[in-house]
Amino acid sequence: MGSFKPVLLRNRGVENSRSLKVYESRGGYRAVRKALKMTPDEVVAEVKKANLRGRGGAGFPAGVKWGFLPKDRTTTLLCVNADESEPPTFSNRVLMENDPHQLLEGTIITGYATQAQIAYIYMRVEFHEQFHILQKAIDEAYAAGYLGKKILGSDYSLECYLHRGAGAYVCGEETGLIESLEGKRGWPRIKPPFPAVEGAFRRPTVVNNVETLSCVPHIIERGADWFTGIGPPHSTGPKLFCISGPVNKPGCYEAAMDITVGELIERDDMGGGMLPGRRVKAIFPGGVSMGVLTADELDMKMDFVDPGNHGLLGLGTAAAVVVDQDTDMRMVLRNVARFFGTESCGQCTQCREGTAWMYGIATRMEEGAGRIEDLDILLETARNMGMMPGLSICGLPDGATYPIETIVRKFRSELEEAIRAQAPGRVEAVLSAVN
Amino acid sequence: MAWKTIDRISPAVDADAEPVLSKAVKAKIRSFFDRYETKRAALLPALHVVQDASGSISWQAMVEIAELLEIHPSDVIDTISFYTHFWTRPKGRKVITVCRSLTCEVMGGVAVLEELKRQLGIDEHETTPDGKYSLVTEECLAGCDHGPCLLVNEKLHKRVGPQDVARILADADNDRIAFERSDLFDAPRDKVVTGAAAQEDGAHRSTSKDQEKRRAD
Repeated sequence: MGSFKPVLLRNRGVENSRSLKVYESRGGYRAVRKALKMTPDEVVAEVKKANLRGRGGAGFPAGVKWGFLPKDRTTTLLCVNADESEPPTFSNRVLMENDPHQLLEGTIITGYATQAQIAYIYMRVEFHEQFHILQKAIDEAYAAGYLGKKILGSDYSLECYLHRGAGAYVCGEETGLIESLEGKRGWPRIKPPFPAVEGAFRRPTVVNNVETLSCVPHIIERGADWFTGIGPPHSTGPKLFCISGPVNKPGCYEAAMDITVGELIERDDMGGGMLPGRRVKAIFPGGVSMGVLTADELDMKMDFVDPGNHGLLGLGTAAAVVVDQDTDMRMVLRNVARFFGTESCGQCTQCREGTAWMYGIATRMEEGAGRIEDLDILLETARNMGMMPGLSICGLPDGATYPIETIVRKFRSELEEAIRAQAPGRVEAVLSAVN
Repeated sequence: MAWKTIDRISPAVDADAEPVLSKAVKAKIRSFFDRYETKRAALLPALHVVQDASGSISWQAMVEIAELLEIHPSDVIDTISFYTHFWTRPKGRKVITVCRSLTCEVMGGVAVLEELKRQLGIDEHETTPDGKYSLVTEECLAGCDHGPCLLVNEKLHKRVGPQDVARILADADNDRIAFERSDLFDAPRDKVVTGAAAQEDGAHRSTSKDQEKRRAD
């Protein structure tokens, strides 16, 4: 502890860190030069060796993903997933605001490794300032010969286009993103075929998250062994963690994946502890879709393995939101249920109907008309919706059920107590109005 | 938002409308064509440009976009109706988007939304009678480190409490970021067409007067 030096955020706080000049002066774009002297396969092998697991939520190894591209392909596309919309995640935003050229350098190296001709950066539309920052960086990179035809005098060419989304959570799912890029509804596709075989415009396509790509230049420059030397063997490399809610210093912090949730809240160089008079009641450590922890579980490690030991779906986006003792868990339940209820794309019946019903039940509970059996109905709905692999086109229903299931299971006594304290006759009045 | 219908993103059909896309807007949309393998992929950029030019995307604009991209108008509606960002009915000059994610709600975002509704006198998805503001909510603006937050057009307001609402609404520059911007997805500005020039060009730039008139109709 304490020996960790920021890698991805090393330029944050440096004056004018967004500009090409400052980025270059701090060692930027050296990795591109190095990569262009390697063969594409060597670049892929190095990233594979580093075991760079995807930072977007699923944790799939990036190098392995690139390896799925068919050998006999003629056209390859690269999509950069900057559609960050999982509450309460903002690490991609921080990366693009402070160091857009780091992302571009990772994009160029990844483009070279996969021999992509075009890179589309799919950015959510609510990122206004970040869009202008990144477009300016792209313009600078073109002017300096890092993008466009024959990059730095090599035989490799890459076009890079920013593509703005239009407000849909599910477009962060890689095939939803591809559909949206093609000008359609952001409806995820049935897989297989996976995007590496048939993606955007039916071409082999690689989709990677902003943070994942931002790691790539460092792996190339310092080597896979340096990367695997950071953090535990199953969770290598530097990682961004977000913390928000009633803490002293909400923000985005970088560390190895050997910290605990409690450290993320308490450490002076991270969350800085809870606001005066506030105590932790619950915490969603990996984005709301991964599920919730109680105040007794703050020793959970923020890595790719330990969340599973606490009944969570995974590390997710490693963005934590703290819920304090004065917040009603029925509100939390309703807020999360509403999120997935509105963001379900509606293709799969169990997700469309299940999220809507869970939202309806949670709303009724919050209004003081819950029943004890509603808790069991929520659990049953969750079980039927997403927890059986392969039932749905995409992972959204899995993400929708883990928070509901973990809230009901871990905070059942509080919820039951609230239901028992309801005004008599309220349930009957509300339910008879529905029927 | 995906499968529920919101009024402001369902089209109002007007089969007898005059052409609305100016030559410059059409040229801007065409400039996206060589970025993608299909013309349809230029649809989201086209919708951004048209909404920037006219404030919203009318039925007639959809028909013209479809023609330009060589797709059916129903394809355009199909896409528009999926995304919360687009408006098919006139919206206010400034759109206030309140974040309602878990962090913002834990930090007191609901009180901000209620105060906005009270001071503007409108509900969610509605526009003030003077056409100045529209009010919507969004699931997460990725500004959780300074929640509760809200967007006024392009500008993110951070750590907003109910007591800040009056100040934000009174600020004429509450929607602008002092900043070097890219006009990639903006409608062409070099030739601002109004009045007679607009008719000559077949262009129609929606002004607040137009919006008021349409609302009155």
